[in-house]
Amino acid sequence: MRLPLARSRLYRLVLVGAALFVAACRPVGVLDPQGPIAAAERLVLINSLAIMLVVVVPVIITTLAFAWWYRASNPRAVRSLDVAYEGRIEFVTWSIPALIVILLGGVTWIGSHQLDPKAPIAADAKPLRVDVVALDWKWLFIYPDQGIAAVNQLVVPAGTPVQFRLTSATVMNSFFVPQLGSQIYTMAGMETHLNLLADKPGEYPGISANYSGDGFADMRFTVNAVLPGDFDKWIAQAHGAGSSLDAAGYAALAKPSKAVPPATFGSVEGNLFERIVNETAAGSDNGAAGAAWCPPALQAGG
Amino acid sequence: MLGRLSWAAIPFDEPLPLISMAVVMLAILGVLTIVTVKGWLPYLWREWITSVDHKRIGVMYMLLGLVMLLRGFSDAIMMRTQQAIAVGGAQGYLPPDHYDQIFSAHGTIMIFFVAMPLVIGLMNFVVPLQLGVRDVAFPVLNSVSFWLTASGALLINASLVIGNFARTGWMGYPPLSELAFSPDVGVDYYLWSLQISGIGTLLSGVNFVTTILKLRAPGMTYFRMPVFCWTALASSLLIVAAFPILTATLMMLLLDRYLGMHFFTNDAGGNQMMYVNLFWAWGHPEVYILILPAFGVFSEVVATFSGKALFSYRSMVLATLGICVLSFTVWLHHFFTMGAGADVNAFFGIMSSIIAVPTGVKVFNWLFTMFRGRIVYRTPMLFAIGFLVTFVIGGMTGVLLAVPPVDFVLHNSAFLVAHFHNVIIGGVVFGAFAGYNYWFPKVFGFTLDERWGKAGFWCWLVGFYLAFMPLYVLGLHGMTRRLQHISDPSWQPWLLVAEAGAIVIMCGIFCQVAQLYVSIRTRELRRDLTGDPWNGRTLEWATTSPPPAYNFAVLPQVETIDAFWEMKRRGLTPAQPIYETLEMPRGSPIGVVTAFFASVTGFALIWHIWWMAILGLLGAAVALLVFGWSDDRERELTAAEVAQLERARRGLRQPA
Repeated sequence: MRLPLARSRLYRLVLVGAALFVAACRPVGVLDPQGPIAAAERLVLINSLAIMLVVVVPVIITTLAFAWWYRASNPRAVRSLDVAYEGRIEFVTWSIPALIVILLGGVTWIGSHQLDPKAPIAADAKPLRVDVVALDWKWLFIYPDQGIAAVNQLVVPAGTPVQFRLTSATVMNSFFVPQLGSQIYTMAGMETHLNLLADKPGEYPGISANYSGDGFADMRFTVNAVLPGDFDKWIAQAHGAGSSLDAAGYAALAKPSKAVPPATFGSVEGNLFERIVNETAAGSDNGAAGAAWCPPALQAGG
Repeated sequence: MLGRLSWAAIPFDEPLPLISMAVVMLAILGVLTIVTVKGWLPYLWREWITSVDHKRIGVMYMLLGLVMLLRGFSDAIMMRTQQAIAVGGAQGYLPPDHYDQIFSAHGTIMIFFVAMPLVIGLMNFVVPLQLGVRDVAFPVLNSVSFWLTASGALLINASLVIGNFARTGWMGYPPLSELAFSPDVGVDYYLWSLQISGIGTLLSGVNFVTTILKLRAPGMTYFRMPVFCWTALASSLLIVAAFPILTATLMMLLLDRYLGMHFFTNDAGGNQMMYVNLFWAWGHPEVYILILPAFGVFSEVVATFSGKALFSYRSMVLATLGICVLSFTVWLHHFFTMGAGADVNAFFGIMSSIIAVPTGVKVFNWLFTMFRGRIVYRTPMLFAIGFLVTFVIGGMTGVLLAVPPVDFVLHNSAFLVAHFHNVIIGGVVFGAFAGYNYWFPKVFGFTLDERWGKAGFWCWLVGFYLAFMPLYVLGLHGMTRRLQHISDPSWQPWLLVAEAGAIVIMCGIFCQVAQLYVSIRTRELRRDLTGDPWNGRTLEWATTSPPPAYNFAVLPQVETIDAFWEMKRRGLTPAQPIYETLEMPRGSPIGVVTAFFASVTGFALIWHIWWMAILGLLGAAVALLVFGWSDDRERELTAAEVAQLERARRGLRQPA
């Protein structure tokens, strides 16, 4: 009677093991880039790792080998217990990490400049502009040139560079689409800049990569990269449907909410992004209202 | 009357913290009852609580660190369990409100109340002995430092049952930590416990810098100091330079929260980026405050158990000081994704990888110390080998994260979480355990059990790899940190492996508790009568185990590096010693009294109970004044008494 149970457990264990193995082999996330930025970043990752492994692997092997060979119980080991210094070895121990760091320094300097998030991406297509606003706890994407907006859903034409301006109407978040590359912080009262491109149509998950409170785990969105023709269709469709993101609509949207399903807005108030940046910096209400102690003048003045 | 404090502050609706707190309370009550019934209270008060002996204070620091490790670890295993089951649509057993407090508390506790006490505890016990002196420069201040640290730990534990802890992560980034987004007491608990313990840490730093620079045995020049003392000096210098930054930064956040100022708010000209910069201007040196003394421990352990002098002492010292200086030039690598320009990012990226040069040199020097040595495998040496292999991997992933384009895709991910646990567990924690096993016989006069110790080591090592290698993978999959639930079901197998790893680490902790218990039970069989159980090289092994209150009746005369080894080699037995009258500091309750008032003040400020805060501050001020005006701070130990004590002690020793 016990045998089948044992076998089924074993079977399950094998299955989990196999699943792990398959998951380990199939490239996903950062290792499965879908655009030039992410691909270049993966290349820098692999190059840097390879440069370091050249030293790290021998060091680990040597450690284990020395630890094994020079054990006290090994009669064959040659020992010289009085050696505490050897100039040539000292020269080598400083040179090896220094050489590695010089190489890596080159990779770092070139990589940082080539992959500067602010740098525009060279491509034939005219770039699409998207303004990103982090809200509690969802992402607002404004298409200023098309006059529409979307929540937790970012539709972009494949093969077209996308120029992002980003801010937050609340606490700090980080806009990140692992398969497209570079994340960047969104901070209230400030603008950050990012350029990305999706090579081919597909759906790529996007997240906030900086903890922002209660609803953080659900602050996810999907990037839909579509053919340019389909993108125009989606814009037209969005224009026709959905409510308008005017001052009242934005005020309602900005209230904290969790796990918000994707939605679109058919029209957007002009310069909404600029208004959000300025208003968050200025403060819509008195930020000191809850402080333990306020100077009387301030309390009276409101 | 009681400010914001009311019955609502106690989470009657959340059974988990209430039950755990009830268990802790019962345990504390039980211990107190036993102590009182057995009549140990006067002994504890006289010999431990009011003690200003650096060895006793070191032991209390270690005890605090180990107890808080249990707290921090229970947070860890709760988080791992939550992430292992809250996958797909599931929400797990911890709602965000609770989960967010747990990861914030885990980080804060592990850094400030586990790693710091363990490291400072080792420094306290070992540094004066290695320098061949009788105590630290300011023994009473040392006691104040310890009790202020304990006061911070007390406050952070109080948040478990009275009110709540911060839900901001251990870095407390504004504007999330500002009043507008965190109006409750959680962030105030975080801020005040760090402020109070931070003062303690700063005073420790001052104390050790002074001790190492001004108090050394005759003949102990800088370049004859053991490497552990060098790393303690570097670490203390970093404390003195870096902790004021943290205190000032947290104070600005406090001003924002209490007086409505706008240092880091979204509005009215506040600048959150400034907090992030300042925080890491402290935070990165803090990493080296923790790891440098661990490097020091490994230097002692590897040399001793290889039966060789440390390879290239001069390189080791130079590397330590290099790291000390460089650690202030890399803080920006914690936020490459803030949008700084390519030049700035590249500069800080390169500076960060330059730190790998002195660190790499250290690794090579440990390797060449083992080379042609005679390696004896006791528990500390196992931790040293485990450290070498593990730390090299952690260092590599660290340098990887210091390359800005790589950081752009791995920042804040599970990969980062794996990296810093890799260096903190593989480096600091292994270092603390190596030091604990290595110096335990010196502290208590008997060795620790090897079988349980080695079992503990293997569990920690295997558990670490199981728990954190999956996180490296998940980071590459695009999993970010601090997720209360996980959307992608394909990550679950990895999370289950990580959970298994946490359980294996728990077994390791169990083994270590068993090791302590078994060792105490069989202590008569494992007495260290020589004072030198490992055939050590440095001066702490020259005195008896445990050392007398004055450490050395006659201060040793130092002529070389590895002074004790040289003495043994030359077969120097001191001629009939000529004892002198010693001035010994008296025990003082000022540390525990100040910390009591600091706790009261902190608690009152957290809950806005202003009268109590004023009383607490007044109490601390009066206590310090009373102490300052008392002259009776030292007692004389006459030469005859010393001679008598020495005869009694030496009688216990077998001829070496």
